[in-house]
Amino acid sequence: MASALINVPARAKRGEIIEIKTLISHVMETGFRRTQLGAVIPRDIIRRFVCTYNGTEVFRAELHPAIAANPFIVFSTVAVESGTLVFSWTGDHGFSATETAAISVD
Amino acid sequence: MERPTSRRDFLKTAGGVAAGLGLGSVIAVAPARATPAEMQEAIRKVVGSARVTPGRVKLDLPPLIENGNAVPLTVTVESPMTEAQHVRAVHVFTEKNPQPNVVSFHLGPRAGRARVATRMRLADSQNVTAICELSDGSFWSDSAGIVVTLAACLEDGI
Amino acid sequence: MRFVGAVAALAIAASAVAGEIPRADRRSGYEFMSRETRAMQDDDTANPGMLWVLEGGTLWEKKTGAAGRACADCHGDPRASMKGVAARYPAFDAAIGRPISLEQRINRCRIDRQQAPALAYESRELLALTAFVARQSRGLPIDVTIDARTHPFLDAGRATFHRRQGQLNLACAQCHDDNWGRQLAGNVIPQAHPTGYPLYRLEWQSLGSLQRRLRNCLVGIRAEPYDYGANELVDLELYLLWRARGMTMDAPAVRP
Ligand code: HEC
Ligand code: HEC
Repeated sequence: MASALINVPARAKRGEIIEIKTLISHVMETGFRRTQLGAVIPRDIIRRFVCTYNGTEVFRAELHPAIAANPFIVFSTVAVESGTLVFSWTGDHGFSATETAAISVD
Repeated sequence: MERPTSRRDFLKTAGGVAAGLGLGSVIAVAPARATPAEMQEAIRKVVGSARVTPGRVKLDLPPLIENGNAVPLTVTVESPMTEAQHVRAVHVFTEKNPQPNVVSFHLGPRAGRARVATRMRLADSQNVTAICELSDGSFWSDSAGIVVTLAACLEDGI
Repeated sequence: MRFVGAVAALAIAASAVAGEIPRADRRSGYEFMSRETRAMQDDDTANPGMLWVLEGGTLWEKKTGAAGRACADCHGDPRASMKGVAARYPAFDAAIGRPISLEQRINRCRIDRQQAPALAYESRELLALTAFVARQSRGLPIDVTIDARTHPFLDAGRATFHRRQGQLNLACAQCHDDNWGRQLAGNVIPQAHPTGYPLYRLEWQSLGSLQRRLRNCLVGIRAEPYDYGANELVDLELYLLWRARGMTMDAPAVRP
């Protein structure tokens, strides 16, 4: 069960630049650590984050093991029309999570 | 309040504690660390043969951080963010992490403003470099140094 | 090891006994942190501890165990029923005749009321439920009850806090009463007020309980850490919360 927190203003003026903050639970195991017995702990990270706005991609990020556990990403987008923002994270071992946020623009 | 112990003596004590704590923790950074040369190579892979000029982009990092596990960073680029003139991507690299790449952000005119932020891990005090790619195909960079203090109380085992 | 020989200096450091911190000088660990780490705690979308609170809210609503009851079925709106509860724990439990921690109290409901197996200490679920309950006390003053029944346990906790232990032969009080505000291998020694547990520790890259934090300090002085749920740890918790009485709860906090 992955949980995610998204901060998007519920309302905005057309043309306004809105800031979006996202936080998702994930260990982001680097693949560089070893147990005390010397075995490598396999890499387990989120590799990709995408945000679409009414179906159009507005932001994308490729993550590497250097991103902190429970990845936090802040970016912005222009409020163009009312609709839905979809956030998706995909990664190692078939990890996949999606969240949505509605925005009303006037 | 009164603290009669001399600072020097206490710091020595503290050192003993720190050493004691190092004993049982998970050993991080198993392979050799990346080097500044490897960072340059990673940057080459992204920019190709293009020239990278210092300027236009600003990397904000705290100069000193208590723990390298979650270092906040913000990258801002001066750009009108229009269809004709915008930032296409922002890439972040480190010198001394096991792997130089940290993150690549892809944005465009729909962003309105070229400012992105995240939190990264740093294995040590080092330089971090941000490179932005503009819509005209040019690349710009900024670097910042950061001092990382590790936590005093580490964990036994995992 | 970088600091071999440092232990010799301990005797000198140990001779400094300044006594309990006056109320006016008490500071939450928050005040010793960098601006960046404070900002992480202050903004709910930046504070990773809120991910556990979110999960705790889901578990609160979920029917579990042979009884098929959810926490919400009995306790209703947590903003009312759980308000101020975490600020009163550890609290006396008549059934076993001694104080129990908030985690133990939640597990008590799991076993007795939901007829479900106890959740393991530091498991994601127990941390999530504890964080969710503790969040309902944010902004409220710490208010553990010290009376004839709990007093002996408070005294036991105080004794542990002042007793030298471990290979380094250090007492908690030597760092947290006598040397707070000083640097320890690059970190500032806080006063050890547990205002924000369970909290997200950057070192752990996870949420963790107060007992996990106490065990870390015990390992730090090379003492054998007490087991999770051990009476010694609960008594220490009780003493630390009494020592922090009146201070504001800010769970889930963030610490380096
Ligand atoms: C079947 C009903 C029932 C369910 C289900 C239940 N509880 Fe309780 N809970 C009670 C009752 C009754 C009390 C108080 C009486 C007592 O001491 O047992 C209580 C007490 C508590 C307390 C202590 C409150 C205080 O003021 O000290 C906490 C905390 C608590 N429950 C949390 C939970 C959580 C978390 C869950 C879900 C995992 C849960 N409970 C599920 C009935 C329930
Ligand atoms: C050698 C000094 C030292 C000793 C002895 C010590 N601690 Fe600590 N303690 C620290 C330091 C340093 C930190 C903060 C670590 C950090 O932020 O990385 C800390 C943190 C804490 C915290 C967390 C405070 C917060 O803001 O969340 C608590 C609680 C605590 N210690 C309790 C204890 C107890 C109980 C003992 C005795 C069993 C003890 N400590 C012994 C140095 C010490």
